[in-house]
Amino acid sequence: MTSTPMAADLVRQDATTLAQAIANQEVSAREVTQAYLDRIAAVDGQVHAYLYVDSDGALAAADSVDTRIGAGEQLGPLAGVPLALKDVLTMRGVPTTCGSRILEGWRPPYDATVVERLRAADIIILGKTNMDEFAMGSSTEHSAYGPTRNPWDLERIPGGSGGGSAAALAAFEAALAIGTDTGGSIRQPAAVTGTVGVKPTYGAVSRFGLVALASSLDQAGPCARSVLDAAYLHAAIAGHDPRDSTSIDAPVPDVVAAATRADVRGLRIGLVKQLSGAGYQEGVAKRFGQAVEVLANLGAEIVEVSCPNFEYALAAYYLILPSEASSNLARFDGMRYGLRAGDDGERSVDQVMSMTREAGFGDEVKRRIMLGTYALSSGYYDAYYGQAQKVRRLITNDFAAAFDSVDVLISPTTPTTAFRIGEKIDDPLAMYLNDVATIPVNLAGNCAISIPIGLSPSDGLPVGLQVMAPAMADDRLYLVGGALEAALNDAWGHPLISEVPEL
Amino acid sequence: MTAISREDVAHLARLARLDLAPDELDHYAVQLDAIVEAVARVKEVATDDVEPMSHPVPLTNVFRPDTVQPSLPRDVVLAEAPAAEDDRFRVPRILDLE
Repeated sequence: MTSTPMAADLVRQDATTLAQAIANQEVSAREVTQAYLDRIAAVDGQVHAYLYVDSDGALAAADSVDTRIGAGEQLGPLAGVPLALKDVLTMRGVPTTCGSRILEGWRPPYDATVVERLRAADIIILGKTNMDEFAMGSSTEHSAYGPTRNPWDLERIPGGSGGGSAAALAAFEAALAIGTDTGGSIRQPAAVTGTVGVKPTYGAVSRFGLVALASSLDQAGPCARSVLDAAYLHAAIAGHDPRDSTSIDAPVPDVVAAATRADVRGLRIGLVKQLSGAGYQEGVAKRFGQAVEVLANLGAEIVEVSCPNFEYALAAYYLILPSEASSNLARFDGMRYGLRAGDDGERSVDQVMSMTREAGFGDEVKRRIMLGTYALSSGYYDAYYGQAQKVRRLITNDFAAAFDSVDVLISPTTPTTAFRIGEKIDDPLAMYLNDVATIPVNLAGNCAISIPIGLSPSDGLPVGLQVMAPAMADDRLYLVGGALEAALNDAWGHPLISEVPEL
Repeated sequence: MTAISREDVAHLARLARLDLAPDELDHYAVQLDAIVEAVARVKEVATDDVEPMSHPVPLTNVFRPDTVQPSLPRDVVLAEAPAAEDDRFRVPRILDLE
C-alpha cells in the first residue's frame, strides 16, 4: 500500500485526484489527513500559514468518511479532502481570532454557513489560517500573531489578507483552502503564491458567520492548486442561504462543467486599458502579454476595452471600506465576547471600551477605523463617502458597458510580484496599491479568478492573471481559467506549483 | 495643506472609542492626512447626475415565516463573555459618577 506512487506524495496531489482515490479506497481519508498533519508539523514552523490546527477534529471527520465509504455510501466529489479555513469564518468550538488580539481565545458557539457546507460535503477542515487583522492588508504582516511567509521565498510576503490560506496551498499544507475577498484578499495572495483563487459574485456564497469587514464588499470563495479543484469547492460552498439577507436566491452557475469544458474558442476577451502600464512591473507585463497570446492562439478574440473610472476605484474603495469597517468593528466593545481591558470596577463602560479597543486592535485596524469615522463625519460625508458611492456607480457602469461588447475582461492580478516582508509595513498608501487591479470587481459585485501564468523573468516569482466576468456568470471564469491553465501546463510540461522550492 | 491635525485625530479616536497614546496621535496625523489627500481624488469626477451606489445588489426586505427558531443556549454564550454574573453579561458602570 505504501509502495504506490500516490502514497509517496499524497500532499502534492490535486484535491480531485485525492477524492477519487479515497472514493475508490486506494487510500483512506485518515491517511490523507495524517499526511497533511505531518506536513504541517514539518514545515509550518517556517511558513506560519496556520494559527490553529484541529488535528483531533480533522482525524475524527476523516474516520467518519472512511467508515461511510467502507459501508458503500456514495459521498460528495470532495469527500475526505483536507482544507485550510481562513480564520475570519466561525467554526464551532475552534478558536476564531481574525488575526486580532481582541478575539484571542474566542471559541465561537456556531458554524458559519460556509463551514456547515464544507462539513456537509465531507471536506476535512485541518485548521484556521493566518490573515491580516480583520482582513485589512495585502501582506498578512498585519496579523497580531506574526507574518506568514511565502513558500516561493521565505523572505517575502504571501499576499493578504488571505496569505495563510494561499501559503498553505503553495507549501502543500492543505489540498484546498477558503479565503475571503473584500478588495483582492483571495486573488492577490493566489497571484503571488502561484495558486488559483476565486472571488465569486457578491451574494453567491453566504456571509453568515463571516466576521464582517465591509459588508457590501466581502465575499468568501475557493482557493486551490488547480482551476478544476477550485470549481468543485466553489460548487460545494455556493448557493442561497436564508440567514444572509444579501444571499442570491438563484441557481449557482455550473462551474465544474465550465472548468471541465475549458474552452475559449469564439469568446470575446477584453484587455482593460486602465489596468496596465505605469506601476506594472516589466516581468509581470511580459508574462501577461504571453498569456494573452496563448488565449488568442486558443481561439479567443482579444480586444482592448476602456474603463475610464477604474482610475478612481482605489480612492473610492479606501473611503467605502473604512466607512463600513468603522461601523462593523463597533461590535468589538469588550462587553459580550473577546478581550476586555482596564475593567477595575471603577472605570466606566466608555473608558473600558476605549481601553479594550486600544489594546486589542493593531495599527492598520485603528488607522482604517479612524479614516472611516472621518469619512462619515457630518460636514465631510457628502465630499467623501457620498462621492465615493457615486464613483462606485460609475465603475459599475464601466463594467456594464464593457460586458456589452466582451464576454470577460482580463488584467494582471497584481502590479508586482511578492515584495519583501517589512518593505511596505509602515507605508499604507504603498500597501494599498497592491489591490489596484482587484478592487473594481468588489465595488461592482461581479466575479473574478486569478490563475498562475508563470514566473517573472526578473525575480523568478509567480505572476497571476485575473479574469473578470459579469455577476452570476462565474462559469466564464472557469471556462477561461481552465483553458489557459491547460495550455500553460502543456507548454511547461507540468503545473507551475511543482516548481516551488523544497522547504 | 493639512486636512487632518493632531487634534482631529484625538477627536476621531474619541468618536471611535480608541484610547490612543500621545505618540500614536502624531503618527496617525501624518498618515491619515496623506491617505485623505490621496482618496480625495474621488472629487475630480463629475457626478452631479449620478445616483450613489451603496450596495452591489438591489436590497429588498427579506421576509420569513414568524416561527420560533432555536437560539444559542445562554450558558454557551456566557462562557465566552469577558465577565458574567447571575446569568447575565457583567459590564462596567454605565453612568458617570456625580
